[in-house]
Parts: sequence; C-alpha cells; structure tokens
Amino acid sequence: MTTLSSKTAAPRSVSGWRSAQSKRILLTLLGWSVALVIFFPIFWMILTGFKTETAAIADPSLIFSPTLESYQDVHARSGYARFALNSVAVAFGSTFFALLIAIPSAYAMAFLPTKRTKGTLLWMLSTKMLPSVGVLVPIYLIFRDTGLLDTRTGLIIIYTLMNLPIVVWMLYTFFKDMPKDILEAGRMDGASTLQEVFFLLLPLTLPGIASTGLLSVILSWNEAFWSLNLTTSNAAPLTAYIASFSSPEGLFWAKLSAASTMAIAPILILGWMTQKQMVRGLTFGAVK
Amino acid sequence: MNKTRASGRTVGGLRTLSLQAPAVTLLLLWMIVPLGMTLWFSFQRYNLLMPGMTGFAGLENYEYLLTDPALWAAMGNTLLLVGWVLAITVVGGTLLAVLFQQEFAGRGIARVLAISPFFVMPTVSALVWKNMMMHPSNGVLAWLSESIGLPAVDWFSSLPLTSIVIIVAWQWLPFALLILLTAMQSLDEDQVEAARMDGAGPVAIFFFITLPHLKRAISVVIMIEMIFLLTIFAEIFVTTSGGPGLATTNLAYLIYIRALLDFDVGTASAGGVIAIILANIVAIFLVRMVAKNLED
Repeated sequence: MTTLSSKTAAPRSVSGWRSAQSKRILLTLLGWSVALVIFFPIFWMILTGFKTETAAIADPSLIFSPTLESYQDVHARSGYARFALNSVAVAFGSTFFALLIAIPSAYAMAFLPTKRTKGTLLWMLSTKMLPSVGVLVPIYLIFRDTGLLDTRTGLIIIYTLMNLPIVVWMLYTFFKDMPKDILEAGRMDGASTLQEVFFLLLPLTLPGIASTGLLSVILSWNEAFWSLNLTTSNAAPLTAYIASFSSPEGLFWAKLSAASTMAIAPILILGWMTQKQMVRGLTFGAVK
Repeated sequence: MNKTRASGRTVGGLRTLSLQAPAVTLLLLWMIVPLGMTLWFSFQRYNLLMPGMTGFAGLENYEYLLTDPALWAAMGNTLLLVGWVLAITVVGGTLLAVLFQQEFAGRGIARVLAISPFFVMPTVSALVWKNMMMHPSNGVLAWLSESIGLPAVDWFSSLPLTSIVIIVAWQWLPFALLILLTAMQSLDEDQVEAARMDGAGPVAIFFFITLPHLKRAISVVIMIEMIFLLTIFAEIFVTTSGGPGLATTNLAYLIYIRALLDFDVGTASAGGVIAIILANIVAIFLVRMVAKNLED
C-alpha cells in the first residue's frame, strides 16, 4: 500500500474516498472565496464603470442596467486618449531604448564573461536600489533647467534608466540558458558577431526578449513616483491622469471606474500572461 | 579549440568593454550625478523661494531636519507602514501560497485572480479603495458593517495610517504570493509524502518542511518589499496628502513636501541622503544574497 505513489491520494476505502472528496470540495470553496475577496475591489471597479453616477453611489447592488455613459464621458470631457497615448509612448519608448542598450551588454556578459562580469551585474542591481525620492531634488532641478519637465522625452529617459538593470539582468539569464554549441557552430561557419547576434541569438531568445520587454512595459506603465512629480499636463501618463480624480467636483465614481478599468486592462492581461517571467525579473533570479 | 579561446581572450576583453560601455556609462551617470548633487545640496543653504540666501551650510540642514518633529513623525510612520505591510503580506502570502498549492477545481483561475492586484497601478488601487471601498457612507465596507448592525468606520479620518496599510498590503500580498508560489514548486513532494507516512499532520509538515523550504524566498520577498515600501508615495499622494496633520506622512512624502511644496532644496536633500542610507542598509543584504545565488 505504502509504495503507491499517491499524488492523487489513492482511495483506500469508500470512507477514505469520501473524505478525500469532501476535502477537495472544502479546498475549492476556501481557495475560491479567498481569490474572490482579493479580486473584489477590481471586480467592483469594473462593475461601477458600467453604472450611472447615481447608481454608483447607491447601496451596493449587482443588479442595474449597464450603460456606457461614463466611458463616453471620460473620452469626451477629459481627453482620455491623450493620456493613454502618453502612457503608450513612454512605456514602449523606454522599453525600446532599454532593450537596445541592454542587449549588447547582456550578450557580452553571457558569452564573453570576464572576471569582472559578476561584479558588474551586482553593481547594476544595486543601482536599482537607490530610492527615487533620494534623487528627487537633483532630477527635478536638472529637468527644470533643461526643459525636460512635463515632456515625454524626460519620462522616457528616466524609465529607461530605471528599468535598465532589470532588463540587463533578465536578458543575461535568458542568454545564459541558450545552448552555446549553436553559436559555436555559427562561428565555425564564418558568421560575424553581428550576424551571430541577429540571425542566431535574437531569433532563438525571442521569447525571453519579449517577456523582458513586457516586464519593462508593465513597470513603466504603472510607475507613479516620477510621473506624478515630473509631469503636469502635456506628458502626463495614465497614472497621473487617474490621480487627478483625487480632488474632483460632484459625482465621479462611475467615471473614475471607467477610466481606471481602461487604464489597467491591458496591463492586467499582460501581467497574467507573464507571471512566471515576472518572478525571474523581480527577484533577480534569487527565487527559481 | 583551446588555442583560439586563449588567444581570443584579450580581443574578447576589448569587445566586452565596448559592448558593455553604453549600459555601464549610463547607469554610472544615473547613479553618480544625482547622488553627488543630493549630497552637495544637503550641505548648501538653498531655497528656491529665497534666491539671495545661498552658500555652504555645513551640517545646518541635517541639524534642522533632525530636530524637526515632523522628521521623527515621518520616520515613525514609515516604520509602522513598512512593518505592518510586511507582516500582513509575508504571513498572508505564505498561507495563501500553501492554499493555492493544493489541488482544487479551477485553481489556475483562482490563482490569476488572487495575484491581479499587483498589476494595478498604484493611483488606481488607492482611489478605488478610498472611494468605492472605504467611503464612510457609500462605500462597500460601510454597507457591510451597517448590514450586520455595526456603525460605519470613517476610515481616512479615524484610522488614516491603517487605511494606507490596508491599501498597500492589498497591492503587495499578491507579490509575496506570486514569489512564494514559485518557490513552492521546487518543494520535494516525496519528502512531504514520507513525512505524511510517518504520521506527520499538516501543521507539522508546514512548520518542519514547507517553512524551512521557503526561508530563502521569504527573505527575498522581505528585502524587495522593504526597498519599495520605504518610499511609498503615490498611495499617500492621492488619498490623504500626508494628513490629517502628519498622520500619514512617511519619509518619502516629507521629502516631497520639503522639495516641491516648500522649495527647500537643502533640507529635502538632507532627507534624501537619509532615505538613501536606510535603503542601502537593506540593499547590502539583498545584493549579498543574490551574489551567493549567482555562484550556484
């Protein structure tokens, strides 16, 4: 009996089967209630976005006639599209530059390691631990004096630098996992470094590069320290736009919900897709 | 084969250098320039509202800051915020990781729902909680407590710091869960099974097998969270603006007030230096741990 590998807890008798079954039902109930409680604020926000403003502040109710009023309001009155465009430009712009700078660096670390590689990696990681607020004053003054305040360029620069260590680190771990023989074979066939990178390395590690890019997009999209402090209106991304709901006039819950739902939906879906890589990037490989 | 490797070393070194140069140079600038400026300003008399008053201030800014009761209130709040959020997310995250490791119907979807708050931008989570959840008369929590006959709580005026803790913990609990769930996957099932055969109950298995296995992942979660939680900003900015009084002003928010509301560059920089020192104390341990892992 004991030799039975029991991942499925092989039932020994009817009562054993019953108790296993009821344990499973209990776990299902518990697991789902916990998950639903945690998810509830998001669910409620999505729901409120489809209510009228008066229904939004009425007693909580699941039954109401859904309307797209708030979505239309948010688009028409506050110019949601402009902020969304800023978010897209800043998130993808910074990710593009971070990848551009990080790929050669990670390539060198993975395939041409020297004695200093490990030190460099750790030093890069440590720059990520500098608290933003510690350098708020100089960055603000530099931005003021160079006209970068409230510009997309300014935010792209900050986010590129902010995410660079994570991007280098993640790419490094993906490149290192790549079988070296393939690159060797390419070199034997007379491929130059550039050819090697473009025709062998990049296509083979594309999934890794894509998930690194996605993580960088997610982090930039949700960043709310620099966006709140360095932008006012022109370059304000969605994080800053949503913050403008903190001191509104009149009824605003349905509009806040509609705007929030649109702001988080793309990232929520990307997040669901990249959970695993997320762990790798956020813990610098310290948890596998 | 070996010969090409050996001769390629110096060329490789040069190539490594040129490939590394952009990333290293940029990060070096990104670190040194603002850091140097913060340090420099922290010893200067520099207020944007008083352009005439400039010059070397010695330790004046630090003295002013360290004798300011606001700093100690902010330090206390920072400590409470970090401490409570860590306690909730680490304990909760561990228990949830154990729960979501069990097999049950629809586990995959339940997991996805539970980690979702981590992907919500901080301004959205703060405002959704402040309004739809915690509003004293129309919020869901008020409705819940009234429907069981209890008076509604006016969260942000009677329990301001607790409210912030709840919001921040809601955002970071999924982070702890995500990391710990990943760590759980490498738990040796045979060992658990063997312990069960020897008559160990689920509690004993948790304390003597699961918890020791998660030790390393838990410390990573603690350190990463500490670095982020030390400088929580957006959640306070959109809900309480540090108030009422100084009740929810943490170190990051105090520096923001000094810098961008009072325009007192000198004092704000001194505060920045303190924040950097605090973060670095944590960072040293984290970097060491990662370095150790890199050797494996």
